[in-house]
Amino acid sequence: MRPPAQADIAAGEVLLAIENVSLSFGGVKAIRDVSFDIKKGEIRAIIGPNGAGKTSMLNVINGFYTPQQGRITFKGKTRAKMRPYDAASGGIARTFQNVALFRGMTALDNIMAGRTLKMHRGLFWQLIRFGPALQEEVEHRRRVEDIIDFLHIEHIRKTPVGRLPYGLQKRVELGRALAMEPDLLLLDEPMAGMNLEEKEDMSRFILDVNQYFGTTIALIEHDMGVVMDLSDRVIVLDYGQKIADGTPDQVKANKAVISAYLGVAH
Amino acid sequence: MEILYKIFVDPFVQMAGAPDLLIQTLWEGLVSGVLYALIALGFVLIFKASGVFNFAQGIMVVFAALTLVGLHAKGIPAFVALALTIVVMLVLAIAVERLMLRPLVNQPDIILFMATFGLTYFLIGLGELIFGGEPKVMIASELGLPKGAVEWKVFGGFVSFQKIDIAAAVIASIMVATLAVFFQKTRIGRALRAVADSHKAALSVGISLEQIWVIVWFAAGIVALATGIMWGARSDVSFALQTLALKALPVLILGGFTSIPGAIVGGVIIGVGEKLGEFYWGPLLGSGIESWLAYVIALVFLLFRPQGLFGERIIERI
Repeated sequence: MRPPAQADIAAGEVLLAIENVSLSFGGVKAIRDVSFDIKKGEIRAIIGPNGAGKTSMLNVINGFYTPQQGRITFKGKTRAKMRPYDAASGGIARTFQNVALFRGMTALDNIMAGRTLKMHRGLFWQLIRFGPALQEEVEHRRRVEDIIDFLHIEHIRKTPVGRLPYGLQKRVELGRALAMEPDLLLLDEPMAGMNLEEKEDMSRFILDVNQYFGTTIALIEHDMGVVMDLSDRVIVLDYGQKIADGTPDQVKANKAVISAYLGVAH
Repeated sequence: MEILYKIFVDPFVQMAGAPDLLIQTLWEGLVSGVLYALIALGFVLIFKASGVFNFAQGIMVVFAALTLVGLHAKGIPAFVALALTIVVMLVLAIAVERLMLRPLVNQPDIILFMATFGLTYFLIGLGELIFGGEPKVMIASELGLPKGAVEWKVFGGFVSFQKIDIAAAVIASIMVATLAVFFQKTRIGRALRAVADSHKAALSVGISLEQIWVIVWFAAGIVALATGIMWGARSDVSFALQTLALKALPVLILGGFTSIPGAIVGGVIIGVGEKLGEFYWGPLLGSGIESWLAYVIALVFLLFRPQGLFGERIIERI
């Protein structure tokens, strides 16, 4: 697998900046005035108790939700409203908390679907599926096979994903996101519902993606052991507010975090 | 005893006794089957890409055929009229996406289904307003479709093949083959199936819902136009043609709602079954069995394969 094309932002510089973002649904304030940044090349974890607004935050980043207030700057460009299509073509890929795959399609087709934006032949060529369209198909298929090798899912590539066990579905979903060759990869609870062995595999894939391809990763995870091992920096949300931001060690020692997780003595 | 003889023996004796007649019946069945398959294909396209049963497919057939005939009646040469009709179907697809589907994103399928009812009545009204309600003659010969029949001497008798039927079978086969490959093997085809499975996931990989819907409705429009030309050439172009859409229902049930090859195999089974049933068993029941036999055939298949012959297996992990 070749590394994705690098954006012109150097490693360590800010790739995505969230400034004073607030999001509410009617009276429910899901996110309140949250600011943080994600630097190129890092693994950034977002943690917090249930209902803290973590998934809402990811949805804001990839354009499913438009926040009422605040600014989002991605690759130096500030946009008031970003549609999911813009996010995807700008280089943001994601996976979902409850796996969102194309259930009736094979693992291979699911991952190929991730290359939609990389393929350019028009409807005419697609219809006759000959010449340039076929050539393009073959070239992208090769890339996809690389991803399949990387994730060790060769044996299931012709299986409809609806039939696969949960752990493998998560892996296919990661494959589909990787097929987009993203600059920023958003992972929503990549290890939820997995056993120890599957978690270890998934952690390895995440680290490899980050190290070999230099992909910036933002992940939501509940397993504290995993979060502390994997991530470079952690942000903690509670009731839609940011209560801590720093390295795993700083966060672990933070009083507000401890009370949010364990409760405070009254 | 006599009734059993009439059901289980007599028809086969007749078949063996006059093989030329049997071949003729099979051929007629095959042709009407192919034409049913064309209508079913229009349904399958939209169902595959949006999970919506498009009630308006029948009226789209009529509307496309009326537009073609109407434009030609205004003095436009046949092939220019054909090209203009294709443009009209594209405009219709864009309008449907903008005005009907886009405001209804993420609504339950039943809402979209009801919207296609609305579209049906809108198109009936629009068609009558522009082209009038009286039946018209399809411009088959102007479009270069062959006339007359080929006769084949066989078993001491002869079988006659209408050339227009042969043309219909060929055109339908090409359309089905192209669409099957397109859906299975290309980027846009994959995107179409992806949209049908999950809007959310499709959006996250950068598939544009708007574009996909326009493509799929346009493709269904083209299929409707081909269906309209073929059916119109056999009878008249009138609003009565839209009831043909009902014939597609057993075909869809049999073939599976999501399968393009299923549409064609289902169409042929229904078409051939209908014609054989009517010709050999019909007199027993006082004829007229064509109107319900298709549904009975579909029911029998449904008993054994609830998802249809080629439908996607229903997979549910619990």
